Amino acid sequence: MTAPTAPAARETSQARDGGTPPRARAFSRQNLAATLLTGYLPLAAAVLVVFLPLLWMVLSSFKQPGEIVTLDLKVLPEGLNLENYAVAMTTVPFGQFFLNSTVVTVAGSGIKVLLAILTAYALVFVRFPFKKLIFVLILVALMVPAQVSILPNYILIAGMGGKNTLWGIILPGLGTAFGTFLLRQHFLTLPASILEAAEIDGAGHWRRLWQVVAPVSLPSIATVALVTVVSEWNEYIWPLIITDKPESMTLPVGLTLLQNSEGNGAGWGIMMAGAVLVILPILVVFAMLQRYIVAGLTQGSVTG
Amino acid sequence: MTASLAGSRTDLPAGPPAGLSGPVPRRRWSARSRRDFFVFLALAFPNLLLIGTFTYLPLINNIYYSTLDWTLGSASATVVGLDNYLTFFTSADAGKVLGTTAVFTATTVGGSMVLGLLVALALNSKVRGTTFARAAVFAPYVLSGVGVGLVWLFIFDPGYGVLSWILRGLGQQSPQWINDPQLSLAMVILVYVWKNLGYCAVVFLAGLQSLPKDVMEAAALDGAGSFRRFLSISVPLLSPTTFFLLITTMLSSLQAFDLIRIMTPLGSGTSTLIYEAYLQAFGAYNRAGYSAAVSVVLFVILLVITVLQLRFVEKKVHYS
Repeated sequence: MTAPTAPAARETSQARDGGTPPRARAFSRQNLAATLLTGYLPLAAAVLVVFLPLLWMVLSSFKQPGEIVTLDLKVLPEGLNLENYAVAMTTVPFGQFFLNSTVVTVAGSGIKVLLAILTAYALVFVRFPFKKLIFVLILVALMVPAQVSILPNYILIAGMGGKNTLWGIILPGLGTAFGTFLLRQHFLTLPASILEAAEIDGAGHWRRLWQVVAPVSLPSIATVALVTVVSEWNEYIWPLIITDKPESMTLPVGLTLLQNSEGNGAGWGIMMAGAVLVILPILVVFAMLQRYIVAGLTQGSVTG
Repeated sequence: MTASLAGSRTDLPAGPPAGLSGPVPRRRWSARSRRDFFVFLALAFPNLLLIGTFTYLPLINNIYYSTLDWTLGSASATVVGLDNYLTFFTSADAGKVLGTTAVFTATTVGGSMVLGLLVALALNSKVRGTTFARAAVFAPYVLSGVGVGLVWLFIFDPGYGVLSWILRGLGQQSPQWINDPQLSLAMVILVYVWKNLGYCAVVFLAGLQSLPKDVMEAAALDGAGSFRRFLSISVPLLSPTTFFLLITTMLSSLQAFDLIRIMTPLGSGTSTLIYEAYLQAFGAYNRAGYSAAVSVVLFVILLVITVLQLRFVEKKVHYS
C-alpha cells in the first residue's frame, strides 16, 4: 500500500470536490489520522486478507519438507528451492496436465467465443420468425445450473466414447448462453447507421459481421473471451467425472491426484507447488486484464 | 442475469418485427427473407443444438433416470417410479443433506454479502489505491477452487498449518478440522466466503457509485451524519443491488462443488445436495437413479429461486 502518499491523496480529493469551504488544514495531524483510519486501514486489511494466503502458498512451495514439518514456524524459505516443483512433476504427469488444460482452454474458449459471436449476430441482425422465443430459451439456459446435468451428460458422452478424451471434456460445455447473451446486449447498442452504410455498399451478412460488427465490438468480445478462458481453466466437476486416467486429466483434476499421493505433512510443499501452477496463470491474466474480467463477471448487476 | 427483454431493437433492416404474439403483418416470403432464414440457421444452429443437447436434454433425462433403480455402468435398470424420492425423503439423509445445504447457503450468502458490503464501503472512500484494492479483493473469485482449497487446507492443517501456529501462540490446541463434521463445514464456509466476497464487494461498489449524489449532499446539509446517511439513504437505494446479489450468490452457493470436493472429499459434514448427488453416482455407491433424484430436488429448488427472481425483477424493486 502507498500509505506515505496520504496527504497528497487528501489534497487531490479536496480538489476533486471542488469548492468545498476550507475546513481544517489538509496536513493537520487529525486529518491524516482520520484518513489513515477510515480510508487506508480497512483497504489494507482487505487486501492483506486476500494476499497473505496466496503469499503463503508461494513461500511454502519453495520450502523443503524439513522447513514445513518443524517445531518452530519458518516464514521465509531458506532459498529459491525448486525441488517441490520437480517432485510434483515426477509424481504425477504434470506436464501432460498442463498441456491438456491448455488445449481444453484454448480450443474450448475459441469455439465458444466464435459460436457466441455468430449466434448474437444472427439474433440481432438477421431476420427470422422465432427470434424472441429463441432468445428466451437462451436466457433460460443461462439459468439452468450445469451441476444438475452432470449425470445425464456423463452417460451421453461416455456412450459416445468420450470418456478420457479431450473432446469429451470440451464438447458438453461448448454451447454458450452467457457469451451469446452478453454479445447480443452489446450488438443492440450499435448504431444502425454503420450497418446500413455497409449494406448499401453491397456487403453480405458475413462481411458485415467480420468487417463492421466484430471490429467495433472488440472490447465486448475480449470480455467474453477472458471470462470463458478463466472458467474453462478452472472447470473441475466435469473433467473430474469424465476422466479417470492421468493422460487425459486437466490440471485441477491432476491436483486431486497429487493430493491423494502426498497425503502426509511433508507433502504440503509439493501440493503448494501444484497449487501455484494452477493458480498463477489465471492470476497473471487477471492482473493484466482485470478490467474486462471484472466487467464481464459482474455483468447484469447494474442493469437490473 | 437480469436481462430486460423490452427496449431491444428487433430487426435492423426495416421490416415487421417477428413478435411471438400480437397481429403479425403478412410477411412477404421474398428471396431476401428466405436467404435470411438460412443465414440465421447457419449462424445460430450449432450453438442452439449444443445448448439443446447438453443443457435442456439432461433436464428431461435426469427426471427419467430418477425413476430407475440403476447402478451406474450396469446394462439393466428397473423402473421404480417415485421410490428414489421416497427413499431420500424418508431416510435420515434428507434431513441431514437439506440441513447442511441450508446452513451452507445461508451462512455463505450472508457472510459474503455483509463482508462484501463492508469492503465496498471501504473501496468507496476517496483515497488512492482503490483501483488496485478493488482488483485485489476480486481476485480470489477467479482463481481455481481446487488450488484455493489446497492452500486453505494447508493453512488449516492441525499439525503444520499457520492457523495451528497462531492457536498455539494463544495457548490453544488446533482442532481437527477435517475429522469433525461441524468444524469441517465451518472451514469450508469460511473459505467459500473468502473466495466470493470480492464479487459482492465489486457489485455493491457499483451500486454505491450509482447512488444520486444530490440526495447525499442534501442529507449532509440537513445534518445527517455519514452513518445516518448510509442507513437511511444508501441501504434502501441499494435494494435492487442487494436483491440481485442475494439471488446470484444463493444460486452459486447451492452449486458449490470444487471447495467441498477438495477440502472434504468424504463429505461427512459437508454433504450439500450437489455433493450428495455427486457422491451417490460417482463416489463409492454408483447409485445413478438415486443421484438423479437428488439432482432433481436440487433443480426444483434452483428453479423456485429463479422464478422468484424473475417475478421480482418484473415488479422492479427500483426507487428511481
